[in-house]
Amino acid sequence: MSIIEVKALTKTYNETMVPVHALNGIDLAFQKGEFTAIVGPSGCGKTTLLNMIGGLDQPTSGKVMIDARDITVMPSGKLVDFRLHNIGFIFQSYNLIPVLTVKENVEFIMELQHTSRKDREERARYLLDEMGLRDKMNVRPKYLSGGQQQRVAVARALASKPIFVLADEPTANLDSKSADTLLEMMAELNRKEEMTFIFSTHDQRVMDKARRLVTLEDGKVISDQQTEKHYAQALH
Amino acid sequence: MKQFVKLAWRNLWRNRRRTLITLASVMMAVVLAIAIRSLQKGAYGNMISNAVRFSTGYIQVHQKGYWDDQSINNSFIYDSALDNVFKQEKNITLAVPRLESFALASSGPHTKGVGVMGIDAGKEDQMNGLAGKIVEGSFLQNNDQQGILIGDGLAKYLELHLGDTLVLLGQGYHGSTAAGQFQIQGIFHYPIGPINNSMVFMSLPDAQILFGAPGHITSISLMLEQPGKMASTQRWLENKLDSTYEVMEWPVMNKTLVQEIQGDNAGGIIMLGILYVVVAFGVLGTILMMTIERKKEFATMIAVGMRRFKLAIVVMLETLFISLIGILCGSLFILPVLLYFHRHPIELTGAAAEAYQQFGIEPLMPSSLDPSIFIFQGITVLGMAILAAVYPLWYINRFAVAETLKQ
Repeated sequence: MSIIEVKALTKTYNETMVPVHALNGIDLAFQKGEFTAIVGPSGCGKTTLLNMIGGLDQPTSGKVMIDARDITVMPSGKLVDFRLHNIGFIFQSYNLIPVLTVKENVEFIMELQHTSRKDREERARYLLDEMGLRDKMNVRPKYLSGGQQQRVAVARALASKPIFVLADEPTANLDSKSADTLLEMMAELNRKEEMTFIFSTHDQRVMDKARRLVTLEDGKVISDQQTEKHYAQALH
Repeated sequence: MKQFVKLAWRNLWRNRRRTLITLASVMMAVVLAIAIRSLQKGAYGNMISNAVRFSTGYIQVHQKGYWDDQSINNSFIYDSALDNVFKQEKNITLAVPRLESFALASSGPHTKGVGVMGIDAGKEDQMNGLAGKIVEGSFLQNNDQQGILIGDGLAKYLELHLGDTLVLLGQGYHGSTAAGQFQIQGIFHYPIGPINNSMVFMSLPDAQILFGAPGHITSISLMLEQPGKMASTQRWLENKLDSTYEVMEWPVMNKTLVQEIQGDNAGGIIMLGILYVVVAFGVLGTILMMTIERKKEFATMIAVGMRRFKLAIVVMLETLFISLIGILCGSLFILPVLLYFHRHPIELTGAAAEAYQQFGIEPLMPSSLDPSIFIFQGITVLGMAILAAVYPLWYINRFAVAETLKQ
């Protein structure tokens, strides 16, 4: 069963002036454990699609069903709570809270979820261990490299035990070594914990790692293919 | 909540210099507001205290009609029954009888119109500390006869010295002639012109003999333990005393002073208003900057699941922290200064002093330490700061998350 279903999704900006059709009738479904890259040229609607799936923006028409719930009709307060408990976000420029330490950044979402202190600390330690940042727990983000900051962002995204993680150009600001390390860690989490990742990206390395490639152009899906890697993995 | 407090506190010190500048502006506003208000209230308190102590008391009891026609013919008999009424009301701490009239004072070739006040020396001293103003000779005793006190201004004008004789001539009770000669027992110095230059104090029995009105007084001035309860005490007295008396509060008897205070107070409030607006814009600038420069961070927080109202709480806490620290620092900074000026009032000179003296007020400007000044100014500055946070809060409630994240 699909955990995410996107049905006849459209998004038109500047409806009263010159309309720009950012999304033009998208139909997609994502299964649990997918490692999907949404690709396409700049302005094709990748980020808009991710924002719609993440409930950060309202579509002009169509539906986004997550776990059989239509998030496009949720009141804004409920939608925030829904995101808190079900969706993890990774942003291109990390977007960590600069006044909090690495550990506090990871715990931030769990605090919003009213997770007990003990559980928070345990999970933060576990995730930061997984990300290889154990020794950086009490450091503020500005003292970390870009790659390290993005790994903290991944830990933060996973802290709330979401259904899936949306990553908008996560490697765009990273050098190739950091990008490789990050991608390998996310791929590992995907394999180990069946965590669903949906990327928007221009980065060939992400595309190489992805097991499904959705290509957008002018707000439409022009191709949706499983990669060979996926078949190989499925065979094993 | 702990999480919000932590965020707000740390956010405040992200840009230390900007926060310190804003804090300093709030602090200076609090310092100025409290200083202005304290000196104003202190001056008003001094004015009222002078008017009350040397003129009317908080409440004055007269024969009905005396206030409109202040003639010795409107005097009344002072007996123990009246005193017993005053003793029943706990708020009345002192009842001071006086017989007041006017006379011509003459010495050698000099003559001057003066006010003559027959006083109960002990009670009068309790009320206004007149004994402490004696610079030559001695204060009156209740049983003194033919001894008077005059100010050094009057003594200089009439070229009188201690032990000299002063002749008083005037109109007594019901058209009788008031005439007598009195020895100067004491010379006082008082910084209020009308009292220092044209007032003669003598014992009540002497005044009653001089004006041919034995047992009579023109007023009883009442001092109160709690001046705030003046109105209720006045009403209580009106009910207790029969209709031959009038019971008046000092603001009714001294309307000029009340109007003077009200006028000055209004000017002070306008000045404070301007100050508050300046503070509000200062805080608004900082909070707005802190909000706008963090909008991507805010968008991230909302994206990952923080409700907007919680974000608003964080921003409101930041405003509260800035305001409260500013208020606290400002209050602590100004307190010792006000303590000093409370104990050592500013002595006014020149035209300002003359203006005060015209109203019969000592030209002093003590500061007031009334806690309500600190509380009110604190609450007002806090209120203005919170008001300044309204726009940033509105912004937080409205901004588009997806669009902001794209930037």
